[in-house]
Amino acid sequence: MEKKSLRIAYGEALVEEGRQNPDIVVLEADLGKSTMSCLFKDAFPERYFEMGIAEQNMASTAAGLALAGKIPFYSTFAVFAFGRAYDQIRCGIAIPQANVRICGSSCGLSDFGDGKTHQSIEDANVMSTIPNLTVLNPCDAVETRKMVKAMLTHQGPVYIRINRNDLPVFTADDGIPYEIGKMQRIVEGSDVVIFATGAMVWKSVEAAELLKAEGISVEVINVSTLKPLCKKEILKYVAGKKAIVVAEEATKIGGLGSTIAAKIFGEVNLPFAHVGIDDVFGTSAHSYGELLEHFGLTEKHIAQAARNALGR
Amino acid sequence: MADETTVKELKRKAQQLRYNVLDMIGVGVAGHWGGSSSLAEAMAVLYFHSMKLDPTNPRHPDRDRLLLSKGHAALIQYAALCEVGYVPREELKRVKELNGLLQGHPDLSIPGIEAVTGSLGQGLSIGVGMALAFRLDRKANRVYVIMGDGEQSEGQLWEAAMAAANFKVDNLTAFLDWNKIQATGRTEDIFNIPDLDQKWRAFGWEVIVTDGHDIGKIIAAIDQAQTVKGKPTLIILDTIKGKGVSFAENVATYHNGIFDAAKFDAAKQELAAQLENI
Repeated sequence: MEKKSLRIAYGEALVEEGRQNPDIVVLEADLGKSTMSCLFKDAFPERYFEMGIAEQNMASTAAGLALAGKIPFYSTFAVFAFGRAYDQIRCGIAIPQANVRICGSSCGLSDFGDGKTHQSIEDANVMSTIPNLTVLNPCDAVETRKMVKAMLTHQGPVYIRINRNDLPVFTADDGIPYEIGKMQRIVEGSDVVIFATGAMVWKSVEAAELLKAEGISVEVINVSTLKPLCKKEILKYVAGKKAIVVAEEATKIGGLGSTIAAKIFGEVNLPFAHVGIDDVFGTSAHSYGELLEHFGLTEKHIAQAARNALGR
Repeated sequence: MADETTVKELKRKAQQLRYNVLDMIGVGVAGHWGGSSSLAEAMAVLYFHSMKLDPTNPRHPDRDRLLLSKGHAALIQYAALCEVGYVPREELKRVKELNGLLQGHPDLSIPGIEAVTGSLGQGLSIGVGMALAFRLDRKANRVYVIMGDGEQSEGQLWEAAMAAANFKVDNLTAFLDWNKIQATGRTEDIFNIPDLDQKWRAFGWEVIVTDGHDIGKIIAAIDQAQTVKGKPTLIILDTIKGKGVSFAENVATYHNGIFDAAKFDAAKQELAAQLENI
């Protein structure tokens, strides 16, 4: 399976869209070579604002640019993009529904070496609690590229969390536009449905392969829009299944799993298994794979969760 | 330089704004009288003299922008927006009412309000963003941001101060309402930030200190700011918190205080008498 960087896809998408749309501006807090917003700097230096290591000011400045008609994308590591500027996002961006696009790069555990201060296990969860804010979590480089385009015409603020590592490319580069709020079936199956997001989508596809060998038919749904999350969509894919699994690279509290459970509780009576990070911070490791193993976020763990839910 | 008639008119306008604020606060309800009244003259000059705006269209693309970073003083901005004609007068008495137009802090749903402020320290950054947008578009719109003196302890303001100087935005003018009192007491007792003018200069700004209740001087300061190239300008308005109602002047409790019926009537009479004498 070919692997590609979501960060490079993000940077390249900004450049390509920037060519068409002169209103796109990009802000960065001294991490442009990591978030890959530096590609935009090279292409359109006059529309690139290096804000220094000052995330609060960056978020509010982006709000001002948006309120004056621009389409600002600001990026830095996810922990800082959302956490350092939470109130600036809440008041200056989300309440007035400013068209700011916030890129939380190196999300989840993907910044494996830097450890708990830099690994954001709660960014998508927290951002999802803010009214008016759309939250995206692409599963591969192709989806990232499509999302950047979709964000341009979307009205209102968006938070997108992007993985640091090269990930398998498995969604179709077919020119079909990304539709915010729509789930996507990656694998069709009948016994158990796995709702997965971000890097956990491919892990779930691999889990489905493992289970197939055991005669278990697995459906994998890519939930790359974490908010808004449509109950109808969830019910559509749950229909006819014997169990539900949710897999996310985030704290289990207040994330995709608990949101799906809350939305269907009382209407759907099926076994439910949740793969995610328990209520703990990350830790340093030499590789991303090592960390996913440590926190129970591999295809093996997802497959086991499915077996447990099915009582196998 | 503004002629005498203009100055006189703006003095009357400022007084009318104070009157509107008092009306909005009413009897027995907490309201930000202190930090609103200290800004009456600056608001009058901005909305009725210095800023480009279209009274028939609050969204006119060529309009200047005014951001009230000290968003708790929203009443004085609402007072001005009412006099401009953007906010219906009957809404003044419904301020902070459920389903009313006028929110407790500036909200984009209100015609003439340009940003959401109130969580302190954010307005200047938003202003920097707007100023950058206008410069990119080669538009002549100017951006004005009003900060409080208590607000100066917010670190983000200094991030914005550095950014504005770094990007050399000279289409941005900030005001500091130096009324020397914050919510719980005198600023020098609560959290002392000495030499504000020197601090802002050291951050790369042109700084003008002027009497914040002198219409002519405010006009002159804004005119001067417009001639400064290559850096932003800060106008420090030396003001009196609660100005216009003698018993509320320089009294911290009127930061967000309550007028009882007697005090309310006394305040109204005092403001009316001042208006007469202009």
